[in-house]
Amino acid sequence: MQPNQFHSLVYEFAFYFFGLTAIASAIAFVTRKSPVAAAMWLVNVMFCLAGLYVMLDAQFIATMQVLVYTGAIMVVFLFVIMLLNLGHPSDLADARGKWGYIMALFVGLALLAEVMVLNRSNAIERLIPPDLAAKAAAAAAAPLAGGIIGPVAAPLFKEYLLAFELTSVLLLAAIVGAVVLGKRRTNAR
Amino acid sequence: MLGEALALSAVLFTIGVIGVLTRRNAIIIFMCVELMLNAVNLSFVALSKVYGATGQVFVVFTMTVAAAEAAVGLAIIIAIFRHQRSVNLQNINLLKG
Repeated sequence: MQPNQFHSLVYEFAFYFFGLTAIASAIAFVTRKSPVAAAMWLVNVMFCLAGLYVMLDAQFIATMQVLVYTGAIMVVFLFVIMLLNLGHPSDLADARGKWGYIMALFVGLALLAEVMVLNRSNAIERLIPPDLAAKAAAAAAAPLAGGIIGPVAAPLFKEYLLAFELTSVLLLAAIVGAVVLGKRRTNAR
Repeated sequence: MLGEALALSAVLFTIGVIGVLTRRNAIIIFMCVELMLNAVNLSFVALSKVYGATGQVFVVFTMTVAAAEAAVGLAIIIAIFRHQRSVNLQNINLLKG
């Protein structure tokens, strides 16, 4: 077996391993009764997605995924679950009735059918303009100018600078909103 | 691998939608929304392999918006819990006719 072939085999195995683990963890996440168990399964999904990001040549995004999603957002979720003491399954019925399940089944089947049709007909490959694909392939073949972060950082601070600055305003608004909403209303006077 | 990644993203998104439609715990529904955002991020990253790195820039923006959404949403859930002593959506039916 050629080393190149072996590499692609390992790559494919790892890709399917991460993908199938992500799907299994997502199903476990949706079906858990306890919110804490569900949150831990969601963390597992996010770790698998970080692995897939590395395999898709997005190492910076994978780092962000682990730091921001699993490190910050999920910790906030667990913090709220434990702050409100919701760790145990509630006595009220958590699952919706028959209609919820029927609606979920229909929506799920429709979305899956849509994706299968799109994948079968190679619509995605046909949507990609050939010149763009050639440019991306040339960029992938060339040695990276700014390491692995350069290709992400350059458009972020040049083309999308305004959007980048606006996200800082968005984060400020979110912080203020969270503080105002979380504050206890006191009727001191 | 592009097709497989997009299919995986679609399956994860579908699982998130099913979670939103079948669960009643507000926090779990909120986590399902996060799962859907993650699925979209995966398709962004997979397509960025073909279209160039701009897709990864959008993933950075999506993560920022998700972080802001989590902060505000959880604050709203805490406010609702103070008011109702529960986060079960069965109890939150003020708009029901």
